[in-house]
Amino acid sequence: MPTSEQNEFSHGSVGVVCTQIIQFDSLTLEGGETITPLEIAYETYGTLNDKKDNAILVCHALSGDAHAAGFHEGDKRPGYWDFYIGPGKAFDTNRYFIISSNVIGGCKGSSGPLTTNGKNGKPFQSTFPFVSIGDMVNAQEKLVSHFGINKLFAVAGGSMGGMQALQWSVAYPDRLKNCIVMASSSEHSAQQIAFNEVGRQAILSDPNWNQGLYSQDNRPSKGLALARMMGHITYLSDEMMREKFGRKPPKGNIQSTDFAVGSYLIYQGESFVDRFDANSYIYVTKALDHFSLGTGKELTKVLSKVRCRFLVVAYTSDWLYPPYQSEEIVKSLEVNAVPVSFVELNNPAGHDSFLLPSEQQDSILRDFLSSTDEGVFL
Amino acid sequence: MNIHTNEALGLDLKNRPDISYIANLVKPGERVLDLGCGYGELMLILKNKGVRVQGIEKDDKCIIQCVKKSLYVHHGDIDDGLKHHLDHSFDFVILNQTIQQTLNPGEIIKECLRIGKQVIIVFPNFSHWQIRSSILLSGKTPVTELMPFHWYDTPNLHYLSGKDFEDFCDFERIKVLHRAFFNQTRQIKLFPNLFATLALFVIRA
Repeated sequence: MPTSEQNEFSHGSVGVVCTQIIQFDSLTLEGGETITPLEIAYETYGTLNDKKDNAILVCHALSGDAHAAGFHEGDKRPGYWDFYIGPGKAFDTNRYFIISSNVIGGCKGSSGPLTTNGKNGKPFQSTFPFVSIGDMVNAQEKLVSHFGINKLFAVAGGSMGGMQALQWSVAYPDRLKNCIVMASSSEHSAQQIAFNEVGRQAILSDPNWNQGLYSQDNRPSKGLALARMMGHITYLSDEMMREKFGRKPPKGNIQSTDFAVGSYLIYQGESFVDRFDANSYIYVTKALDHFSLGTGKELTKVLSKVRCRFLVVAYTSDWLYPPYQSEEIVKSLEVNAVPVSFVELNNPAGHDSFLLPSEQQDSILRDFLSSTDEGVFL
Repeated sequence: MNIHTNEALGLDLKNRPDISYIANLVKPGERVLDLGCGYGELMLILKNKGVRVQGIEKDDKCIIQCVKKSLYVHHGDIDDGLKHHLDHSFDFVILNQTIQQTLNPGEIIKECLRIGKQVIIVFPNFSHWQIRSSILLSGKTPVTELMPFHWYDTPNLHYLSGKDFEDFCDFERIKVLHRAFFNQTRQIKLFPNLFATLALFVIRA
């Protein structure tokens, strides 16, 4: 256990890891259709103890995948949450067994538009059935049960991952002890749906779209890149953009981009195309927009089922998932006398804050997980 | 609240007769809401006693310390963070040296009486003899051990005495169940409005 202040934000690594794929017979979706077989891409870090009570499920955000920590062979950059997962880190792999899986409907190994339809041997593409956040969580439940885990020590996630964590707490109230929801919401606002709609329309209007039945050599890359550019604007804050790019360098060029922020967004869009599938983008953003545990009294009623402790984290500079949405979750939990801590961090990085290194965030996650007592509250 | 008075005072909490008094009032299993819970010292004492306690606090540093102590805290402002709580959903609502720092103390007290079966209010007693004599002799706003701030940097927006609070309760027809007065080390029973630095009231609607 790290003791001094200096060691608290240490950077041990889980080392080289690789994504595994597990197959289950099938999964019946909330919409009634069945995925056969069900494939789930996942990674694990740390060791599951004999009592199988030290497992933490980490849920990824929209463009994330199963690779949460450590390095893939030959990679220069680690998994997306490497700051927080590893030996001695907040999600301490010396203590906890971390499971991270790719969501279904995604494009990083779990069943989704890119996987093969057994009936005709071709990729599903846009014939893959509609998936919900609930379906994603039901698939994760199969993976968790496969490890023989009856009760997770925690489920944690930011943004879409936070919605999955919330869904876990109401769908499987007796199967988790702690729930960590970061930069998230109990349902999308019209503004959040609007941003996603613009992204989807960018894809749909790409000449290569072909109703989602595009060939891999001729993908709607321009549309997907535009969707990502749009999304990326919402992930940052005004302050962050001003600091990073300012107005440099305005040369008055009509033909091409002439601002640093423009080049940055184009780069982000283009590199996203190499690692993400346009159909998956549509499936996953639809799942996000359709997710709803309600607001106000409705949310309070839905959350009356939960049986775990909660940590809810919001960020003052997050304008995509503003803190009021987190507070709404917290208030509904409080009315139900659920033990909950709510923290609003004043990190300037906007929605992306939950992905970035922060000593305050590290300390809160670490301490919330470390306080293992079930609390007289329950 | 923004500046936590206990911390600013640097008081040894073991010598806080007001806190022992509160800890004796609340029974294990009861639900308590601590408004302006600061670093969570009182909450920790109550929690260790088996009380189901949660807090609200505005200051980031305090929140992080509360999470460290395994306490449940809501990072927010009392002035707009209480409406969602149901009527009489807590056995006690505690305002420990918080009320003088809020914008609308009268409204907050009424809101506390709605959500708590009983409300415990502790505040610095502005009619303590040192304060009285300081004003009289120096002609300046007093800076004392209990209220160690200047007019320009104080978190305290309101100044009241034990007698002021009694008047308020009379006027609002609020029932006073207990009253106790303290200095830094012990309970004061003789001429408390003159000799007590802290006043504690337990009230109900």
